[in-house]
Amino acid sequence: MTEARFTGILYPALFGLAVLFVWQAVVVGFGVPAVLLPAPSDIAAKFAASLPLLWADFVQTVIRAVIPGWFIGSMAGFLTAILCDRIPFLRRGLLPLGNLVAALPIVGVAPIMVMWFGFDWQSKVAMVVVMTFFPMLVNAVAGLEASGHLERDLMRSYGASWWQTLVKLRLPAAMPFVFNALKINSTLAMIGAIVAEFFGTPIVGMGFRISTEVGRLGLDMVWAEIAVAAITGSAFYGLLVFMERRVTFWHPSYRT
Amino acid sequence: MSAAPAIAAPAPVKPEGHTLPVVVICVLIVLAWYVAAIPMNWVVTGPKAEAAGGGLANLLLFSWNEARPVIPAPHQIAVELWKSVFMVKPWMPKSLLFHGWVTLSSTLLGFVLGSLLGVVLAIAIVHLRFLAKSLMPWIIASQTIPILAIAPMLIVVLGSLGFTGLLPKSLISMYLCFFPVTIGMVKGLTSPETMQLDLMRTYNASRSQVLWKLRFPASVPFLFTSLKVAVAIALTGAIVGELPTGAVAGIGARLLQGSYYGQTVQIWAALFMGSFIAAGLVWLVGVAERLILKRMGARP
Repeated sequence: MTEARFTGILYPALFGLAVLFVWQAVVVGFGVPAVLLPAPSDIAAKFAASLPLLWADFVQTVIRAVIPGWFIGSMAGFLTAILCDRIPFLRRGLLPLGNLVAALPIVGVAPIMVMWFGFDWQSKVAMVVVMTFFPMLVNAVAGLEASGHLERDLMRSYGASWWQTLVKLRLPAAMPFVFNALKINSTLAMIGAIVAEFFGTPIVGMGFRISTEVGRLGLDMVWAEIAVAAITGSAFYGLLVFMERRVTFWHPSYRT
Repeated sequence: MSAAPAIAAPAPVKPEGHTLPVVVICVLIVLAWYVAAIPMNWVVTGPKAEAAGGGLANLLLFSWNEARPVIPAPHQIAVELWKSVFMVKPWMPKSLLFHGWVTLSSTLLGFVLGSLLGVVLAIAIVHLRFLAKSLMPWIIASQTIPILAIAPMLIVVLGSLGFTGLLPKSLISMYLCFFPVTIGMVKGLTSPETMQLDLMRTYNASRSQVLWKLRFPASVPFLFTSLKVAVAIALTGAIVGELPTGAVAGIGARLLQGSYYGQTVQIWAALFMGSFIAAGLVWLVGVAERLILKRMGARP
């Protein structure tokens, strides 16, 4: 087990290092101009030199917009799913619509959100809420139906009420689906917040920095922001995976 | 509902059981939209309605027909869609069909490229063990980078390299597309059971024979599920790829222009056009799925 875990980290790490090495070698070796592709060392230097700026952008985009929006949107989707479960008519009407909306290019509502809620973080939160609501709704509704007949019959034979069945059986059974949606939403939330910043923002934020630095051809700064976004996204995702293992330890995919 | 049994047995969902609820909910949404338009547009229309003498009739008239509203009434969007689709020649830049086609073409190119890349990667991952270990985590990590967010940069950089027009946008669609296809295909290609693989071994089948005669047919349902996700996400990629200034055509450019000039109705019309294209593409993949699975002998 420990050996498998060790190689599970070693192989991707070696692969990543190899990619970085080739990148550096190609950029230095062929003299690729920095306005096209900066070398990893340049990006690292820029990253270290502009930590306060990156931190300010991080606070504006991630702390103020992504996390609140992700939380509100996922929560709203989850509560709506429980409501749908209580009112079958609502489920039959809302679920096909939810599936449809999940396929639509929702990023397009960004200009409308900016128009409605102003340039600051409020419009980004609204954008993230809109983007994260439907994936959670669709997944949570599917998850609430995931418990088996036998288990439900057992709960009925105990004389359990709807709430007791929900809390003790169906919510735990829905958790793999809920975590799936949370993981999808973590990526969508980052995208939503950054894209919304293209349509108007105060002079801080990761999306703002990317678009202005592209205009000034400061690509090392852009890549530094991308590094921040990638680290944040991976950490966010990793945290969710960790929580998922803790909550759904009973699921077959985690049994050894 | 309150007297219903504590545990509602999951009734078998009949296909016809969806139409009525969906219609009712859609009607409710449209009604709520009309009602919401009154207070939301009040900032713009309130003074006008009062100047015209006030009263409910004036209020409704102005709230639902404002030229630059905070939120346009649904019929205004429908009229704008009608005007920009049917009243303008399709090759004029004013036509939404023109913009839709620009977006659709780069979506389709990216979708095809991305799906091919996804399938090839999946086949490689299934057959080469070291790739499964070293590449898979990076494929997953690649999707935690908000590629849509850096799409405009890629467009600019590729543009300065001399790639303009269709290709850069398609590359973004491709980057987004390949992921669901790879994940789905790895699952699909590894879905044959040990028994079936053993049978192939007793036939002395080569690896490519196992791939084409067992693994690939077994993966087709997984492939189509992934393709539906991929085609929707490819369209999103194409639209965001059109956002950087300089893009003059496409649904994304239309959104951006509308946002610059405060043309709310135009934004909503472009948004609906994008939604129609997305729904149409997903529907087409669904049709292809049904046809091919039927031909492969799946029960309907």
